[in-house]
Amino acid sequence: MPKIAFREALRQAMDEEMQRDENVLLMGEEVAQYNGAYKVSRGLWDKYGDKRVIDTPITEEGFTGIGIGAAMAGLRPIVEWMTFNFSIQALDQIINNAAKMRYMSGGQFSLPIVFRGPNGPAEWLSCQHSQAIASIYAHVPGLKVVSPCTPYDAKGLLKTAIRDDNPVIFMEAELLYGLEGEVPEDEYLIGFGEADIKRSGEDLTIISFGKVVHMALKAAKALEQDDIDAEVIDLRSIKPLDEDTIVKSVSKTGRCIVVDESWPFASVGSHVAWLVGNRCFDMLDAPVELVSSEDIPMPYEHTLELAAQPTQDKIFSAVEKVLYLN
Amino acid sequence: MSEDLKKYDKSLLQDLLKTMMRIRRFEEKAAQAYGLRKFGGFCHLYIGQEAVAAGSVAAVNLENDYIITAYRDHGHALAVGMSPDTVMAELFGRIDGCSRGKGGSMHLFDADKHFYGGHGIVGAHIPLAAGMALKIKYHEEPGVVLCFFGDGAIHQGSFHETLNMASVWKLPVVYICENNHYGMGTDFRRVSSQPQLYKMADSYRMAGREVNGMDALEVYDNVVEAASQVRQDNVPALIEMKTYRYQGHSMSDPAKYRTKDEVAEYKNQDPIVILKDRMTEAGLLDEQEYKKLDNEMKNAAKDSVEFAEKSKRPELKTMFEDVFA
Repeated sequence: MPKIAFREALRQAMDEEMQRDENVLLMGEEVAQYNGAYKVSRGLWDKYGDKRVIDTPITEEGFTGIGIGAAMAGLRPIVEWMTFNFSIQALDQIINNAAKMRYMSGGQFSLPIVFRGPNGPAEWLSCQHSQAIASIYAHVPGLKVVSPCTPYDAKGLLKTAIRDDNPVIFMEAELLYGLEGEVPEDEYLIGFGEADIKRSGEDLTIISFGKVVHMALKAAKALEQDDIDAEVIDLRSIKPLDEDTIVKSVSKTGRCIVVDESWPFASVGSHVAWLVGNRCFDMLDAPVELVSSEDIPMPYEHTLELAAQPTQDKIFSAVEKVLYLN
Repeated sequence: MSEDLKKYDKSLLQDLLKTMMRIRRFEEKAAQAYGLRKFGGFCHLYIGQEAVAAGSVAAVNLENDYIITAYRDHGHALAVGMSPDTVMAELFGRIDGCSRGKGGSMHLFDADKHFYGGHGIVGAHIPLAAGMALKIKYHEEPGVVLCFFGDGAIHQGSFHETLNMASVWKLPVVYICENNHYGMGTDFRRVSSQPQLYKMADSYRMAGREVNGMDALEVYDNVVEAASQVRQDNVPALIEMKTYRYQGHSMSDPAKYRTKDEVAEYKNQDPIVILKDRMTEAGLLDEQEYKKLDNEMKNAAKDSVEFAEKSKRPELKTMFEDVFA
């Protein structure tokens, strides 16, 4: 199986879907002639031209709304935001238009649109360019929210997103674009609402999604030295959420840590922790722990920046708590 | 005056008059039902502005063309041919309403009639119109989009962002600003750096024109012209319709920010009376025919209230329907 980078997996997904369906188009800042700010759309403009790969001015509210109108009328746009940080300017379009149009029209419209781009902390960027905002989108009914962490998942999930008749928020981690992994050459899809057990274990469950899954896996590996066998669940799709896989795993291990790189208050992580507390109460041997970013805007300096996010040490200390090691 | 009516089909004139009267009588009934607390929420009446919706919609062909508007949408919904019954039922929040009771007064839709709503966030539907136009261009269809919004929306960033892109990408949209002089309670002259709103078109290298929005035929002629220019030259256009609402912004607004004289002045240019008088002068309408038509429209409005009252409230389980496709 060929090993390709995360960004290449995304590119392949868009390329294959554009080839399959002439209604699929890509629009956003620098997606065409510049080949994408993060080079995810490299070569697509050469192949499909101005009609289907459209450079926009820097006007997130405007071009996001144009994408939504095009979807209402029957096209299947992929709207790329250079980063999710800028999507906040388009929040009104996403929440008030994309998410609600079907509902408030009594089911008259489908909104087959994908909003994608890099989300989450990067490095040395301070607070406006470095934040994880999945919780904001996951809060809104009418949106599906997806966040892959491997090239394999990225390709399979993005193809599913493009074929979905609903608005899908597709969150890629900026620091994962170069990550390589095996991706089959034959076509495959990954359904939404299917969490993936990235590592199976018996002693505790670590639930995560997106980039920090890799940190959870690394921590699980390190815990082997102390004979602690952690199961790592990658949610992959946040909405719909695969509650069954979560409940099954925690029922088996009796202990649970949730790792989410967004802020802790009213977040995906805090919701999942509540869910586990609610549905697995009788099976739990310890309170559920949440490892998240600190409740502060992101500081600039790198040491502070790293310390503001989930770290392996924070995961270890959560492990000590759920296993009563101290 | 009557001479210039000769260039129009009699049926067009009758349709324009009928549409405006249908809207007027419907709105009066809606106001009455609201007053009787048959339904609640916001209710933005269109009385006074009928010529804009009637004249504009008559100027396009909804087989290929599309309509989208803001929250003062009852008039446009009726002008595209939606039945007063389904519109009134929606105001009442009933299951036979066009949006199955999920949208209400501000969110009327009819996808089959290419009526794409009914939008409640000021200016937020302006980019949607460009998106619909992008689809028309993408599939090389002959259509144009008419996008209606008020003078309040013209200052939103969404307007400026979108007109820029619509011009660069040559999208077939006619943007129609219904300047009824007040964004809620704020006189547009207090908040518009360019009080001749149509001139904003210059900034985006598109044609802008000012139209008397109280005259259905002037509206009709200008939209026909603008739409044909848009189709021919592949550039969007902006029309400022000077119009006036007789009522407050919504049912809860007593409209004390306007003088009685000002309201009276506009009521003297009533769009229905203007067309009626011209048709009468030209011998195309007599008082008896007018009365008959008016009774027809009054009855339709009355029937729509009865229909709405008889329609069931949506079952509770429907609240979970239509979140996703």
